[in-house]
Amino acid sequence: MKNENIIQYIYGIADNALILGQRLSELCGHGPSLETDIALTNMALDLLGQTRSYYQYAAQLMADGKTEDDIAFLRIEREYKNVLLVEQPNKHFGYVITRQFFYDVFHLLLLQELQNSKDEILSAVAKKAIKEVSYHQRFSSDWVKRLGDGTKESHQKVQDAVDDLWKFTDELFHMTQDDMLAVESEIGVDISLLKEKYYQRINKVLEEATLTTPETKWFQKGGKQGIHSEHMGYLLSDLQYMQRTYPNMEW
Amino acid sequence: MSEKEIKNPGTERSRSLEEIFEQRIARDEKIEPKDWMPEKYRKTHIRQISQHAHSEIVGMLPEGNWITRAPSLRRKVALLAKVQDEAGHGLYLYSACETLGISRDELYEQLHTGKAKYSSIFNYPTVTWADMGAIGWLVDGAAIINQVPLCSTSYGPYARAMVRVCKEESFHQRQGFEIMMKLANGSPEQKEMAQDALNRWWWPSLMMLGPTDAESVHTEQSMKWKLKRKTNDELRQQFIDQTVPQADLIGLTIPDPDLKWNDETGHYDFGEIDWDEFWQVVKGHGPCNKERLSARVNAWKNGEWVRDAAMAYAKKQEDKKLKKAI
Amino acid sequence: MKNNWPLWEVFVRSKNGLEHRHFGSLHAADEEMALENARDVYTRRNEGVSIWVVQSKHIKASNPENNGELFEPAQDKVYRHPTFYTLPDEVKHM
Repeated sequence: MKNENIIQYIYGIADNALILGQRLSELCGHGPSLETDIALTNMALDLLGQTRSYYQYAAQLMADGKTEDDIAFLRIEREYKNVLLVEQPNKHFGYVITRQFFYDVFHLLLLQELQNSKDEILSAVAKKAIKEVSYHQRFSSDWVKRLGDGTKESHQKVQDAVDDLWKFTDELFHMTQDDMLAVESEIGVDISLLKEKYYQRINKVLEEATLTTPETKWFQKGGKQGIHSEHMGYLLSDLQYMQRTYPNMEW
Repeated sequence: MSEKEIKNPGTERSRSLEEIFEQRIARDEKIEPKDWMPEKYRKTHIRQISQHAHSEIVGMLPEGNWITRAPSLRRKVALLAKVQDEAGHGLYLYSACETLGISRDELYEQLHTGKAKYSSIFNYPTVTWADMGAIGWLVDGAAIINQVPLCSTSYGPYARAMVRVCKEESFHQRQGFEIMMKLANGSPEQKEMAQDALNRWWWPSLMMLGPTDAESVHTEQSMKWKLKRKTNDELRQQFIDQTVPQADLIGLTIPDPDLKWNDETGHYDFGEIDWDEFWQVVKGHGPCNKERLSARVNAWKNGEWVRDAAMAYAKKQEDKKLKKAI
Repeated sequence: MKNNWPLWEVFVRSKNGLEHRHFGSLHAADEEMALENARDVYTRRNEGVSIWVVQSKHIKASNPENNGELFEPAQDKVYRHPTFYTLPDEVKHM
C-alpha cells in the first residue's frame, strides 16, 4: 500500500476524532452541570489526543516537512474525510449525547479491529484509544438511558435527536477506495463487517432507554468523499481561523 | 471550656464560645464544618468562597471563547485542559462552600440574580489569541498571589480546596507565559499582538487584587480569620515586582510610563490606577458583564431538563430495585 | 428548588497498598453517575486506582460538641502506649 493511500486511510479515521473533538470543545463552560461539563471536556481531550497521534504519523509518512497542524488546519473542506455524523451541531444536550453514542459504538468496534493492524503505529494508537473510547461508550450509553427513560420532556428530546441523527449512521460503514486497499494489505479494518454488531448494540441501548429505533431506510452520505453538510464550513472557519489569518507562523 | 461556661444561657454563652473560637484561630487551629462558629464567620466564608467559585466558572468563558480557534493542536488541548481545570476548581470551591450549609443551587441562584459577585476581570473581552497568553500570565499570576496564602486559611474545607487548586494551577501561569513568549519572539504581527494584549490586561490585572487598603471594607476581619494574609496593596506590589522582570525578559513593555525601580524601597513605583473604571466594571457596566452572566444563566436553564431527567431516571431505578427486593 | 442532584463524598485510593482517602465531594443523580463524575473530576491527573462514592446524607458524623466525652477519656490511658513500660537499656528492639 502506498504511503499516499495510508495517509488517506488515516484521515478517514482521524478526521472524525478531530471534528467530534472540536464540536465537544465548543461546549466547555456551557454544560448542564459542572460535573457533566468536565466529563464532556475529558472526551474532547481524548479525541484530540488521538487526532494528534494519527496526524503525527501521517505527517511522518508524508516526509515533506508538513506537521500535524498543517493537516489539521490547512486543508480545504473537500479534503476532510470525516463522516457527516460528527460534524452535526450541538443543537441541545440530547443531540450531543446521541451523536456521541452513535459514534462511540462504531468507534469502539473499529478500534477493537484496528489494534490487530499490521501497521505497528496504527495498532499502538488503537490499543491506547480503546480504553478511552470504552469509557466514552459507557458514558454516552448511560446518558441515553437517563434521557430516554427520564422525564417526558427528555424522552421526547432525545427521541428527536435519535430520529434526526439516525440517517447519518449508515455512512459509518461505507468502504472507500482507501479502506479497501487498507484491508487488502491487512493494515485497515473491513468496517462493512461491523454493521450488524453495531445496530445490535445500538438497539439494545435504545430499547433499555425506552426509545424507538427509527425505521427509515433513507440515509445520508458524502462526508467520506469530502462532501459535507453546510455546518462544516462554519466549523472549519473557527478551527482554521488563526492559521489562515496568520500563515506560516509558530504558536 | 468549663461546665459553668457552657451552661450559661444566652449572650454570655455565645460570647465565651466566640472567644474560644477566636483563640483557636489565633493558635492556627483549623475550623471544621460541624464546629461551632459565629454566624458572621459562616456568612463571610460563604461570601468569599462562593465569590471565588463563581470567578472560576465565569472565568471559563473568556478563555473558552478561544478553544475552538486555538492556533495549533498542542495549544488547543492545553487550553481546553486549563479551562476544564477551572470548572474543577469551581467545583471544589462550591463543595467547600456547601459544608457551610448552603447548596450549590442556592449559590448559583445568587450568581444568576446578580446578588453574588465574581472577579471583575472576566468582564473584559478576549479579542485576540494573545489574550490567552496575557490571561494565563497576568490574571493567573495575580490569582496565585491571592491564593497561595489561602492554603493555610482557618476554615478546613476551604484550605483543603485551595491546596488542590494551587497544585493544579501551577501549569496555568506557565502556559500563559509560554504563549506570550512565543508571540514576543515571533513575527512582527505576533509581537504586536502580544504587546497589545499586555496593554489591555495590565491595568485590570492590577485592579484584580482589590481596592486600595484605604477603601477595602473587609480587610481587618479577614486578616484575623486568615482569609487574607496580606493587604491588597501589599499583594499588588508583590505582583508588580515579580511581573516586570518577566516582561523585560521577553521584550514586552509594561504600559505604565510612571513605572520605575525604586532603590530605596526595593520595589517598583507605579502609576495611578483608574479606580473609576474598576468601580464601573464591579457595578456591572464593564464590556462583557451582561454576556458573561447570560452565558451562565443560559447554561443552567438549558440544562434543567437534563438534570431533571437524570433525577427522574435515578428514582425509577431505585423503585425497580425496591420492587425486586420485595 | 426542585430535583437537585444530591451530594456525594468521594474516596480515592491513590495506589494499591494505600487506603482510600477522602478527596472531596460532587453532585450526581445516581451512583453510576457519581462514580463517573468522580473519575472525571478527581482523577484527571492520574490520582487514583480505585474510587468509592457514598451519598453524603448516609454519613453519620460525630458532633464536635461531644468531643469531650468522646475523645478526652482516651487521653489519660497512657498504658496503651509502649512508652508507658520501662525496659532495661540492654533490650534494644521490642
